[in-house]
Amino acid sequence: MPLPPRRWLDDPRRGGLAALALILAMLPLVLSNRFHFDVAIHVGLAAIAVIGLNLLIGYAGQISLGHAGFFGLGAYGSAVLSGTHGWPPLLALLASALAVATLAFLVGRPILRLRGHYLAMATLGMGLLIFMVITNERAITGGPDGMSVPGLSLFGYALGSRDKGAWYALVAVLLLVAVWLALNLIDSPVGRALRALHASEVAATVGGVDVAQHKLIVFVVSAVYASVAGSLSAHYGGFITPDAVGFLHSIELVTMVVLGGMASTYGAIVGAAVLVALPQFLTAFHDYEPVLLGAILIACMIFLRRGLLPGVLDLVRARRP
Amino acid sequence: MAEFLQFFFSGITVGAVYAMVALGFTIIYNASEVINFAQGEFVMIGGMTSVFLLSAGLPLPLAIALAVAIAVAVGIALNVLAIEPARGASVVTLIIITIGASILLRGLAQIVFDRQFHTLPAFSGETPITIGGAALQPQALWVLGGALVVVLALGWFFTRTLMGKAMRATAHNRLAAQLAGINVRFVLMLSFALSAAIGAVAGVLVTPITLTSYDAGAMLALKGFAAAILGGMGSAAGAVAGGLLVGIAEAMGAGYISSDYKDAVAFVIILLVLFFLPRGLFGGKSVERV
Repeated sequence: MPLPPRRWLDDPRRGGLAALALILAMLPLVLSNRFHFDVAIHVGLAAIAVIGLNLLIGYAGQISLGHAGFFGLGAYGSAVLSGTHGWPPLLALLASALAVATLAFLVGRPILRLRGHYLAMATLGMGLLIFMVITNERAITGGPDGMSVPGLSLFGYALGSRDKGAWYALVAVLLLVAVWLALNLIDSPVGRALRALHASEVAATVGGVDVAQHKLIVFVVSAVYASVAGSLSAHYGGFITPDAVGFLHSIELVTMVVLGGMASTYGAIVGAAVLVALPQFLTAFHDYEPVLLGAILIACMIFLRRGLLPGVLDLVRARRP
Repeated sequence: MAEFLQFFFSGITVGAVYAMVALGFTIIYNASEVINFAQGEFVMIGGMTSVFLLSAGLPLPLAIALAVAIAVAVGIALNVLAIEPARGASVVTLIIITIGASILLRGLAQIVFDRQFHTLPAFSGETPITIGGAALQPQALWVLGGALVVVLALGWFFTRTLMGKAMRATAHNRLAAQLAGINVRFVLMLSFALSAAIGAVAGVLVTPITLTSYDAGAMLALKGFAAAILGGMGSAAGAVAGGLLVGIAEAMGAGYISSDYKDAVAFVIILLVLFFLPRGLFGGKSVERV
């Protein structure tokens, strides 16, 4: 089906990307202290993982309740290779991403044959198994206490986690690259195949789409996004614990996708921003934090079912002639 | 042999609890296609509330009855406040809602109660019964007996009473049930009340053995969900079989392989089963209508 011609600004790959670049460039003018930069960097890192997960959930319609497992493998892979074994961080990041891609490729085929709640259970089980291995192999990962991670250094230039400005720039550039790659994938034949199999696997098969193959591709791609985000988070934070791999983190990632808006790449960033920033404000409520977090999650899911960004965009479009 | 029996006893006891949690999942799933991840919180509420009512001076039977009643009230509130308003939302959205509810209930529990571990006195003493060289806690018999009563009562309810038949009809085809005059909204509410009651009973029975705390529900929900999936989502017999299997596999794994990986055993089995039987042990063949 040929898409109707879009206005330049409406094209997510040009106007959208330009708008995002502009926002990311202007944001440091508003961020007044180190804490703000810190939150912004965490939002960016989470957004990278969420953009990948959105390809799987939003576009291909396959749920994963175990994506923190891939995030955690990336984080711990980088930590162990660069910390314990002294590899250059960039090499450690790439090696971890390759290992995660291989794992996703191997488990993806049997897991992605499952549907609905069975798929949810299988991905959940996979995530929990990764969590248990990381928690129990104390000799390698430090167990429940976690382990420290050396700072990032790229081509001889060291990036300490106190270097907020440089980290912000790095994360901003990587976020743009992540969005650009995702948008290109979505507009490619693979992306069209994914949307087709989301609508109906039978119809997609009849239309000549290799359903299993395409599900596997997007599963591996989303796992790599999570792994890279995990590696970077580990280097930025300087310390990781198994919490990053846990079930709740998987749920957070899925919630960011749904909250921002399914099948909305820019929405993924909004979802990440809201869910990363929210607990920072809720800490003021101390003991009531989990109660409020739970209530806000429920309310958002009830009242903003299409997600924040698509909901707002619909309102804007409806007003335009 | 004594060792094997010992592991078997502890496995079947924990398995009975998983079975009750899985039954709760199944009942709500059949009425609404919702996977209620707050199911573990009903178990926690049952245990914690009876502990606190008991320490407030109430006699144990009354404390237990009140604890179950409170859990039922929470279950109904969950349905009215969070599930009903989200009617027609996608599977992922509903999963996030029930997980939000479980976070909320856990948060409330740590405010209303505390963050300590608590236990109840065993109902009929702590002198273990020796069978084949293995020790069996009398409380384990209470858990197994309780699970059996729950299963039999549910079996009677679903096959012999009009309301039970109405619930099965709704599970089978919501629209047709509605057209036949069944109040499907009441069925939905009843399913949450029933699940909450079963969860709370499980929580009360098992607290003397495993202790309880405000966050005891999280892992139970995951294991119960695993058990329900293992048996085939929606099948009550499957939920019971799945629960017992997960419990026994876990105890054997902890005993013979490694206690560090006791939780892992259950999930490895589930992944393997799903790879070969994509709809669980009792889920039947997968058929897609086009």
